Amino acid sequence: MSTLEPRPDELHAAVNGRELTFAEAIREALAEEMRRDPRVFLMGEDVGGAGGVFKVTEGIQAEFTPKRVIDTPISEAGIAGIAIGAALTGMRPVLEIMFGDFTTLVMDQMVNQAAKAYYMSGGKLSVPMVLRTTMGAGRRSAAQHSQSLHAWTSHIPGLKVVIPSTPYDAKGLLKSAIRDNSPVIIFEDKMMYKLKGPVPEGEYTIPLGLADVKREGQDITIVATSSMVHIALSAAERLSEQGISAEVIDPRTLFPLDAQTLISSAKKTSRALIVDEGYRRYGITGELASVITEGAFYYLDAPVRRIAAFDVPVPFSPPLEDATIPNEELVVKTALELLGRR
Amino acid sequence: MLNTDQFIELYRQMVTIRRFEEAVWELYTAAIMPGLAHLSIGQEAVPVGACAALRRDDYITSTHRGHGHCLAKGARIDRMFAELLGKVDGYCRGKGGSMHIADQDMGNLGANGIVGGSAAIAAGAGLSAKMRGTDQVVISFFGDGALNQGLLLESMNMAASWKLPAIYLCENNQYGEYTPMVSVTAGADITARGRAFGIPSFTVDGQDVLAVHACASEAVARARAGDGPTFLVCNTYRYRGHHVGDQLRAYRTREEEKEWEEQRDPIAGHAEWLISHNHATPADLERVDADARREIQEGIEFAKASPFPPLEEVTEHVYA
Ligand SMILES: Cc1ncc(C[n+]2csc(CCOP(=O)(O)OP(=O)(O)O)c2C)c(N)n1
Ligand SMILES: [Mg+2]
Repeated sequence: MSTLEPRPDELHAAVNGRELTFAEAIREALAEEMRRDPRVFLMGEDVGGAGGVFKVTEGIQAEFTPKRVIDTPISEAGIAGIAIGAALTGMRPVLEIMFGDFTTLVMDQMVNQAAKAYYMSGGKLSVPMVLRTTMGAGRRSAAQHSQSLHAWTSHIPGLKVVIPSTPYDAKGLLKSAIRDNSPVIIFEDKMMYKLKGPVPEGEYTIPLGLADVKREGQDITIVATSSMVHIALSAAERLSEQGISAEVIDPRTLFPLDAQTLISSAKKTSRALIVDEGYRRYGITGELASVITEGAFYYLDAPVRRIAAFDVPVPFSPPLEDATIPNEELVVKTALELLGRR
Repeated sequence: MLNTDQFIELYRQMVTIRRFEEAVWELYTAAIMPGLAHLSIGQEAVPVGACAALRRDDYITSTHRGHGHCLAKGARIDRMFAELLGKVDGYCRGKGGSMHIADQDMGNLGANGIVGGSAAIAAGAGLSAKMRGTDQVVISFFGDGALNQGLLLESMNMAASWKLPAIYLCENNQYGEYTPMVSVTAGADITARGRAFGIPSFTVDGQDVLAVHACASEAVARARAGDGPTFLVCNTYRYRGHHVGDQLRAYRTREEEKEWEEQRDPIAGHAEWLISHNHATPADLERVDADARREIQEGIEFAKASPFPPLEEVTEHVYA
């Protein structure tokens, strides 16, 4: 997909021209954190010898031994509980749930156990764990292997939710997630694993709760998450050909949410459009639209618009599937409508 | 082998739990305690016998019927009552309540409001002990109702595969809420479920504190030696209803209740044993009981005097 190509103008400091894929950046973060802290370990289905179904953890077990990279049975709820128990007692597990769709099986453990322990114990028990999982349609995998369910966990106080869009962000955010003392869920778009981008040599982290302005602009704010950031950037490029300057903002973490950056941008441009690949109804786009509306209402020249996945189970048939995913065309069209151009 | 002091200590703990639970009944029916109260009266021998086999740095996970587990693992009475009343001096600063008491200093990883919810957490604590190179072990307490949660079986499978130092201890009190265990639980022998995973599995008389202690001690020794999990099914009975509000108990007969209370009471049984084996006189046991009552009374006073948490705390402790 051309829209997932790295942008040549990707601007990050201290880059040195080194490029990694999204998967490699995650692998590097995992390996660095495991070298740094002996409490960090990985578990999941086929994460060890096989290197994960998306090959993200390839080679990790060879370096860190099966003791620290544990192949588990196909027991999602059980392994989530095991990660929680280990986290409660001094370890820092990183759990992989290969398809985001399967997070439905771990919901009780994450929502009723991990998210609650610190609060219910009055601050005595903490659960420093990371759950890595995937999202994103486009692989012709049909309705049970394509969903983007990040809104489910973002709804839950006690959980943090990370949703990176670039290799650089994925590495820096994952490292912060592993060092965080609360449970963090990170959603990786499986269509982006091969996406290349600049990742500097050496140590860096990105704090959770800091949005990134991926492109500066004056006329309209486009808030986009995960792979939708790349669609938004392509759309912004096309809009610029028509003399429209679009600002593209990636929240990078859904909780904590850097509301201020979204609101300030909307105040500056007076127009905002949200793009996210989750379902539209009761979803991320609705939440972000209301954050902007509450924070920037008197500066807005038009209602906040949102673009999300169709509210249907993701279909198998390629033309149907493609129709359900937000695309560049739609972002351009909606932006133009917002600007009263057409 | 236990000595006289330890035999009497088992008695003291069982009596304390019973008096504690009786006091909870009073506090609840007097509308001083908010929420729900699941009493473990009748089941005292199980947590006491099992926790006596543990060290302070060993772990337990507990259930909605967890007061006995907490006390047996060393929780303080006054801070427990404070938690039950939602007060700031409670174990969880009033944020957990009866169903969520946790005390990491005593290795209590928390009571749980989700039936079976801590089965895998216990295995995870066992995995962690193993990875950290300690010889700590974990006892996961759960009721017969949790036998039919898939999570328990997932967890047992992993504990057995990976030889985790986890002890699965089922408190089979014959009922899950208002449903008889036998009517919803397949297989005549529950321990067969553990054996299916290759886990040493035993049925234990849960009304005999010494029997529970003996089986738990063997299980703990096995776990500490690196030989993996054990599954214990302790047969027991809750004398009161599922919770304080369950007073009619139409799902079982008064005769059945009477039989357990009069013929199999764990405290009366252990008292008899102590006296007949010359470890204590009736007067000694009277004193133990009087001391327990006094401690309970003081705990209640402490809890009543403790303030509610300041409102600012409502948004604290969401993230660590
Ligand atoms: C997952 C879940 N389902 C249902 C309930 C409601 N519930 C609370 S206690 C209970 C019965 C549990 O029975 P058992 O495990 O035998 O424990 P006991 O109450 O007998 O100690 C039920 C169904 C719950 N708390 N959690
Ligand atoms: Mg029961």
